[in-house]
Amino acid sequence: MSLDKQDVQKIAHLARLSLSDSDAEQYKDSLTSILDLVAQMQSINTDGVEPLAHPLEAKQRLRDDIVTEENRRDAFLANAPQTEAGLFLVPKVID
Amino acid sequence: MNWEVVIGLEIHAQLATKSKLFSGAAIGFGAEPNTNTTLVDLGMPGALPVFNKEALRMAVMFGAAVNAKIGMTSVFARKNYFYPDLPKGYQTSQMDHPIVGEGFLDITLDDGTVKRVGITRAHLEEDAGKSLHEDFQGMTGIDLNRSSTPLLEIVSEPDMRSAKEAVAYVKMIHSIVTYLGICDGNMAEGNMRCDINISLRPKGQAEYGTRTEIKNVNSFRFIERAIYTEIERQADILEDGGKITQETRLYDPDKDETRSMRSKEDANDYRYFPCPDLLPVELTQEYVDIIRNNLPELPTQKAERFMREYKLSEYDANVLSATRAMADYFEKVAEIAGNAKLAANWVMGELSKYLNTEGKDITESNVTSEQLGGLLVRIEDNTINGKTAKSVLQSMWEGEGSADQIIDAKGLKQVTDTGAIEEMIQGVLDANAAQVEQFRASDEDKQKKMIGFFMGQVMKASQGKANPGKVTPILNKLLKG
Repeated sequence: MSLDKQDVQKIAHLARLSLSDSDAEQYKDSLTSILDLVAQMQSINTDGVEPLAHPLEAKQRLRDDIVTEENRRDAFLANAPQTEAGLFLVPKVID
Repeated sequence: MNWEVVIGLEIHAQLATKSKLFSGAAIGFGAEPNTNTTLVDLGMPGALPVFNKEALRMAVMFGAAVNAKIGMTSVFARKNYFYPDLPKGYQTSQMDHPIVGEGFLDITLDDGTVKRVGITRAHLEEDAGKSLHEDFQGMTGIDLNRSSTPLLEIVSEPDMRSAKEAVAYVKMIHSIVTYLGICDGNMAEGNMRCDINISLRPKGQAEYGTRTEIKNVNSFRFIERAIYTEIERQADILEDGGKITQETRLYDPDKDETRSMRSKEDANDYRYFPCPDLLPVELTQEYVDIIRNNLPELPTQKAERFMREYKLSEYDANVLSATRAMADYFEKVAEIAGNAKLAANWVMGELSKYLNTEGKDITESNVTSEQLGGLLVRIEDNTINGKTAKSVLQSMWEGEGSADQIIDAKGLKQVTDTGAIEEMIQGVLDANAAQVEQFRASDEDKQKKMIGFFMGQVMKASQGKANPGKVTPILNKLLKG
């Protein structure tokens, strides 16, 4: 399977990345070579093999349901370029 | 044409944990913006999620309550999209291996028929933050308190065929999650939100029509109205030979209409993949069995027990078991009064009138179950009659104290002393000598009609305190002369 430049631009848009035309050309080739590798792996018979959800042979550890964190709003807001009334401000979004 | 509506529902139930799904921040409705957040909730690079044990237990409880297969290995996945109230750029959710698999529940419709609705799955996911669009000089304000709040998304099969069935299903889910104590069920606060998938097809056709999804409806009433307006809209389009566009719509309760949410293309390309920050969750059979064997009594079981144990009608049993708070209230009153039927009548009758008038929930009742039980005890032991009890309840509702305090303070104790009653009745008959003459001259049928007049006069003379059971035989005896 090979990608065209339009596919690459779509993927970039979904990831909110801006790509120049020449970058897109380059990524088209490198992404296509990844897909080629995937295609090669697809030819292996995996009947009866469970899909792997995580490379570590371990299971999830759980946390007790206890509130352990205190309010650190001031410190968090200090990282933001713009705040008001305890809120982070971002450019207006209208869906 | 005769259309059949097909409805499937996705319900987001907020799990009633103390801390968040993946962080140790508190959960609280109405807290100051961004005060319940951590580095994890803010999506800071390197901050890692740790899964809340209690959220897992609650999800398994739900699965057990709806007869579902439990996912012994469940996997978290990332649902990728960009929105400012989701700072990580993905929502941690579940895709291929949800915690709760296929199940079902039974709903009872208004006409008493029982319908089985399939549950496709229920999965754990985190909520996003909140965007505030007003008052920030052209900017949007972001509050991340809600981010990483645990949600259980419950997906039904497209098994419902009317708005009424859909509402009955949502009410049953609401009832189950509140009985289990895994969700507060406060729809106004967004504890439970509902996405409605809806399509029409000509009656008799096997394939489904194109569906639309109405997002985020948050009251039983709005669910019903949104479905009615959407059925009408789709039917109009189809009758005119048009086609339904598969899209997401919003219900506007003020205008009572649904409208399209203009979403950008690609908006639904979520590119799910297993979350590398979280390992698969493995459950043991023993863990699931312990939860299954310790489930609390569920609404349907409670209704059945009310019919069996208290000899209530099916209707009464269903009303009284609809919420856990209502059921607990009723059972407490019944226990104190020692008469379940009387308790049922008062809870569903007089008490509900006060609650409805003031738009209150049973949990907000001015009169506690202990107080109402105390009132009914005084009916049972003939201290007061039912009519007096109604006025005592009113005083109780207005905060004048317990039944006994009010009965004492107002001197409402029923007169049961036979001598005193006889004396009082004689007084009434003396005062109405002409009517007594007339009574004695009348035939039996006429007399039966006239007895009500004397009864009324006696009750009036006793200010409602005479025990009607004692008055009737004495009145009959004295009237006959």
